[in-house]
Amino acid sequence: MLSEYLGVLLMLGIAVALTVGMLLVHVYLGPKRSFDKKLAPFECGEEPIVSPRQRHAVKFYLVAILFVVFDVEAVFFYPWGATFLETGLPGLTTIAIFSVPLVVGLVYEWSKGALEW
Amino acid sequence: MILVVAKTLFILIVVTLLFAPLITWVERKQSAIMQDRIGANRADLAGMTFLGLLHPAADVIKLLSKEDLVPAGANRFLHALAPILSAVPALIAFAVIPYGATYRFGDTTFTLVAADIDWGVLYLLVIGSLATYGSVLAGWASRSNWSMLGAIRATAQMISYEVTMGLSIVGIFMVFGSLKLTDMAVAQDTTFRVFGFLDLFASLPAGAGWLNAIRLPNWGIFLQPLAFLLFLTCIMAENKRPPFDLPEADSELVAGYFTEYSGMRFGLFYMAEFIEVVVIAGAVAALFLGGWAVPYLSQETITAGVASLFGEGFANLVCMLIHVGCFFSKVVFLVWLQMLIRWSFPRFRYDQLMDLCWKVILPLSLLNIFLTAAGMLLAQQIAPGAAAS
Repeated sequence: MLSEYLGVLLMLGIAVALTVGMLLVHVYLGPKRSFDKKLAPFECGEEPIVSPRQRHAVKFYLVAILFVVFDVEAVFFYPWGATFLETGLPGLTTIAIFSVPLVVGLVYEWSKGALEW
Repeated sequence: MILVVAKTLFILIVVTLLFAPLITWVERKQSAIMQDRIGANRADLAGMTFLGLLHPAADVIKLLSKEDLVPAGANRFLHALAPILSAVPALIAFAVIPYGATYRFGDTTFTLVAADIDWGVLYLLVIGSLATYGSVLAGWASRSNWSMLGAIRATAQMISYEVTMGLSIVGIFMVFGSLKLTDMAVAQDTTFRVFGFLDLFASLPAGAGWLNAIRLPNWGIFLQPLAFLLFLTCIMAENKRPPFDLPEADSELVAGYFTEYSGMRFGLFYMAEFIEVVVIAGAVAALFLGGWAVPYLSQETITAGVASLFGEGFANLVCMLIHVGCFFSKVVFLVWLQMLIRWSFPRFRYDQLMDLCWKVILPLSLLNIFLTAAGMLLAQQIAPGAAAS
């Protein structure tokens, strides 16, 4: 049963080893000639005047909320879709009822302007 | 045990050592041809340039021998972790994509896929969303304004398209009745009657029987054409390549979330992007273009045909080679298609990008699910037990 995941585990091991190894080789091979101006964050030659870690437009936060709502609901579609051949018409009715709040929610957000940029 | 190791190593080596470097070359050469330039032709070995094929190797050497820089004020741990978090999901995503069918040699039976997981498609979606962490952490850890803007854009874009990417392929799950990619590939190794739906209305008039002979491969792209378009759009947006490169947007944000990355740290982002191109091609091929299936020639047909001449063991071997070749031809075609799209379209504006996701693709994928359900119920009315129309 778990042996199916052996390939994934092996691939994960190789991938981590490869990426970490590349970074280590990079640290070892590269020259070390750093000074203050070189290490300053890129700002088109100017001194940065604001910190990047400040508040950002609330729209991005809104998208994150929409994502949580829709992605969790989308997850319920997967098992239903995979078993649709067996469930048939009762299955369709069930998912139609389930989708009503989803669609209503989408229409509501749309009308409220949550999807405007 | 040894088989699993061999299968895993084969696909990993093909994807990372063969496809990914070649694609960086194809990207340069194809863009050069499309823009009437000469393209990469400078790196040479003893005076021979090999059409610029040495450039990928030269790139790796150059990136490895650059200075390892971490900008002042950056979070050193997260700054190093971010490229790894970007590259690892790209590298391991190919584990579930079958590049060949199930073959039998004597007593051993094996399927050409690194990990034959029941929830293969979900694995792809899960691994795809893990890559979000890489770009977000990269932007946040760099402590640069450009990086931060890029990271915020990347977050919103990737999580938006993740929702629609999942919803757009529910139709495929329904048609094939499975989440297992190997099962889907086997189901696509057949054909269906294009005009089968006419049975619903009346029996065919005499003389029109030839309509029944028109058959198409049972591929996702023919059963779910709308899902194909939606999924391809979403998965390309997930990869953040032009025309969806808002998080990197060179002309606005310098380089977006990896502005503060140089050397191999940047190289890992670069590598991840190109490996993801191959993964996208593999996933779309497996879901929509039949995976390893040869159109109109099912596995039994090939095996039986060759076996009658040369014996069964050899037939299985030939069949395997044909299937693997067929799968990688489809991958190459899809990679080329992505390159064509990448060099043909200008970048979206951010509001257009979000509108496309939430106002076009999301309603269309919901619509597609219900249309598919209705179509399948009708098909069951015509021929009970038939998989799809």
